[in-house]
Amino acid sequence: MSSGNTQHEKYYVPDSSIWPLVGAVALGLIAYGAAHYVIEWSNQEAGFGHWFLLAGIVVLIVMLVGWFRDQINESQQGLYSAQMSRSYRQGMSWFIFSEVMFFLAFFGALFYARMIAVPWLGGASNNVMTGEVLWPGFEAIWPLTTTPGGIETQAMGWGLPLINTLILVTSSVTLHFAHHGLEHGKRGALKLWLAITIALGLIFLSLQIYEYVHAYRDLGLTLQSGIYGNTFFMLTGFHGLHVTLGAIMLIVMFARVLKGHFSKDNQFAFEASVWYWHFVDVVWVILFLFVYIL
Amino acid sequence: MSTVVDTHLDHDDHHDHKPTGIKRWLFTTNHKDIGTLYLLFSFLMFFVGGTMALVIRAELFQPGMQIVDPHFFNQMTTMHGLIMVFGAVMPAFTGLANWMIPMMIGAPDMALPRMNNWSFWILPFAFIILMSSMLMPGGGPAFGWTFYAPLSTTYSTDSTALFVFAIHIMGISSIMGAINVIVTIMNMRAPGMTYMRMPLFVWTWFITAFLLIAVMPVLAGVVTMVLTDKYFATSFFDAAGGGDPVLFQHLFWFFGHPEVYIMILPSFGIVSAIIPAFARKPLFGYASMVYATAAIAGLSFLVWAHHMFTTGMPVFASLFFMYMTMLIAVPTGVKVFNWVSTMWRGAMTFEPPMLFALAFVILFTIGGFSGIMLALTPVDYQYHDTYFVVAHFHYVLVSGAVFSIMAAAYYWLPKWSGYMPNEGLAKLHFWCSVISVNILFFPMHFVGLAGMPRRIPDYALQFADINAVVSVGAFLFGFSQLIFLAVVLKCMAKQGDKAPAKPWEGAEGLEWEVPSPAPYHTFDTPPTIEEPVR
Repeated sequence: MSSGNTQHEKYYVPDSSIWPLVGAVALGLIAYGAAHYVIEWSNQEAGFGHWFLLAGIVVLIVMLVGWFRDQINESQQGLYSAQMSRSYRQGMSWFIFSEVMFFLAFFGALFYARMIAVPWLGGASNNVMTGEVLWPGFEAIWPLTTTPGGIETQAMGWGLPLINTLILVTSSVTLHFAHHGLEHGKRGALKLWLAITIALGLIFLSLQIYEYVHAYRDLGLTLQSGIYGNTFFMLTGFHGLHVTLGAIMLIVMFARVLKGHFSKDNQFAFEASVWYWHFVDVVWVILFLFVYIL
Repeated sequence: MSTVVDTHLDHDDHHDHKPTGIKRWLFTTNHKDIGTLYLLFSFLMFFVGGTMALVIRAELFQPGMQIVDPHFFNQMTTMHGLIMVFGAVMPAFTGLANWMIPMMIGAPDMALPRMNNWSFWILPFAFIILMSSMLMPGGGPAFGWTFYAPLSTTYSTDSTALFVFAIHIMGISSIMGAINVIVTIMNMRAPGMTYMRMPLFVWTWFITAFLLIAVMPVLAGVVTMVLTDKYFATSFFDAAGGGDPVLFQHLFWFFGHPEVYIMILPSFGIVSAIIPAFARKPLFGYASMVYATAAIAGLSFLVWAHHMFTTGMPVFASLFFMYMTMLIAVPTGVKVFNWVSTMWRGAMTFEPPMLFALAFVILFTIGGFSGIMLALTPVDYQYHDTYFVVAHFHYVLVSGAVFSIMAAAYYWLPKWSGYMPNEGLAKLHFWCSVISVNILFFPMHFVGLAGMPRRIPDYALQFADINAVVSVGAFLFGFSQLIFLAVVLKCMAKQGDKAPAKPWEGAEGLEWEVPSPAPYHTFDTPPTIEEPVR
């Protein structure tokens, strides 16, 4: 060896593993099953799509459990170096960046609809004749409570979402306290604050479900009620899915904390979950601003 | 080169116990195995997509409807585009990245080896699903690879659902692959391999990976909107619900334009490795190459609407996108200038990799010039959706990206297989390809300027002669690729001359410091780089 370069000791190249292939099979089954399920559902015909989808989800869960079990075992055996933990952290950061870009597509659709598509349909810019001839009587307002095609809905208020915002922001703070507890070896504080965070996350999700029921039953605001309903449900829906995923991650972390995992020096999974939770929190704040308030 | 390399060969051999049989390929975490899988998969897809192109050209050989019905013709143009973009070019680059980047930066493997295998094995499933959609009642996707709404929503068949989910998992594969590349480059460089010492192939892939992570999620978003518009009665792209079909184009091209650079930046890296090797001079203007690549990537986010000049956008927006697009010619010009300057007064020889790299520089530049013509808003009104556009993007993608992949294959095959590619066959492949590719694509400029629309199975009689010539070129080009297949198969079958560790006299880089074929594990302990390796 040319020098005693401690930063680059031997890199642990993991053994070959069955799980990546299982994961690919799972995604293949999910994609094939979901597509056929959607087709069958929309044509109202019986089919096999849902079985493929279900099988894919089961295989995916098996893969996640198996893969993470292997990772956790290897981590607990101390096989991972500082360099690997940097790789994991950087990988997680880039993954979160890709998630940001996914939300950006839907925010882009929202901004385009509000600033360009809806005003133009109402005759703004040089589109007077579009409004006059194609959509006479259409009034360009936001929230778009009457679409050019005539579907009517009511706008969602922001009372409950404000409470939800406070809950989610608070959960970010409590999670920070939990992380602080881990960093300073206060396991009791760690468990307590983590449990509170999970509880807040679940309350947030329950209130979101309540809001959806309210929207469908009382306001007539559905996924089908024009671009306002589309952007509302797609943004809050995908955000809700991400909160669900984040909550599952935190619950797994809670179980691992109870088993005595994680320390100041070995806490990548915990840290990744924390980052993810802060990320869904930030998305919510932006979403609250642009979907509900403005 | 004063690279200190101590690869502990005996140590390597000792650990060279590969798993055997099918399990080796299914469960592997080895970057070389995964690189090989990617390359073979893309080679297969290249022939599948190429066959579809030949169906298109057979139909267009004469005016009138001869061979296929229009709906099937549309499926062919759609699937040809999708397979070549997502199945051939992108996996080929990812395969090259897998094979070469760890060896070029002195790393033992990719940073996340298991995820690496997952990224690859998603692809066969995605393409089986995509291609199986052609067996659906009503046929497969027929809306063009750009799947503009409402063609892909209101007027599409049920195969759209399969298309959407296939794109979703391809996107997952690409994002994971890109994360792996970017983390490998950031975290796995050997001591002394500073950023500004990295070979340009590594640099261009670094920036490509960033583009992939940034735009593949946007593609996922837009196909999701297509799915909900078609099946769940949303109206993102439907004016009756307050949406706008033009929104589709904005979102799609926000992905689509950086995607174009995803398919060309690694080519720049390949050519920047090959030209100095066969001109026997260091690359001219290394730093400017890096900055030019970054500039192209940055600008790629600000030019998307040049695909949409005819949709009727405000004049200010048209001007903005026109000028931004033309600005890209500046960093691209820097690159072409640097390649030419590298060759200036070099001791040049013309082995197969160099031939393809030279053809790349010339033919890619032709594609770049027609790109500047298309960037001019008023002129684009005339060219939009004509064969001029087809000629333009095939010059940059076939005689650009694909030629660079072939150059890379000839350049690194000795390292991968341990055997030299047959030089006679390789040169035959080159001359057949370079002549036929111009018979194929150059006349398309003329029919395009004369007004022949793209994606049409029939055409006006005055275009007949040129289309016949184009189709002859297409079949010549397609069958020339069998020579390439033969060369690759000969190397894989261990026929031909054994390759030394460094088969190309002027080549530089860490990959030439290890034996040919490269041992299963390289750089278990990292080398120390004391001088720039380019």
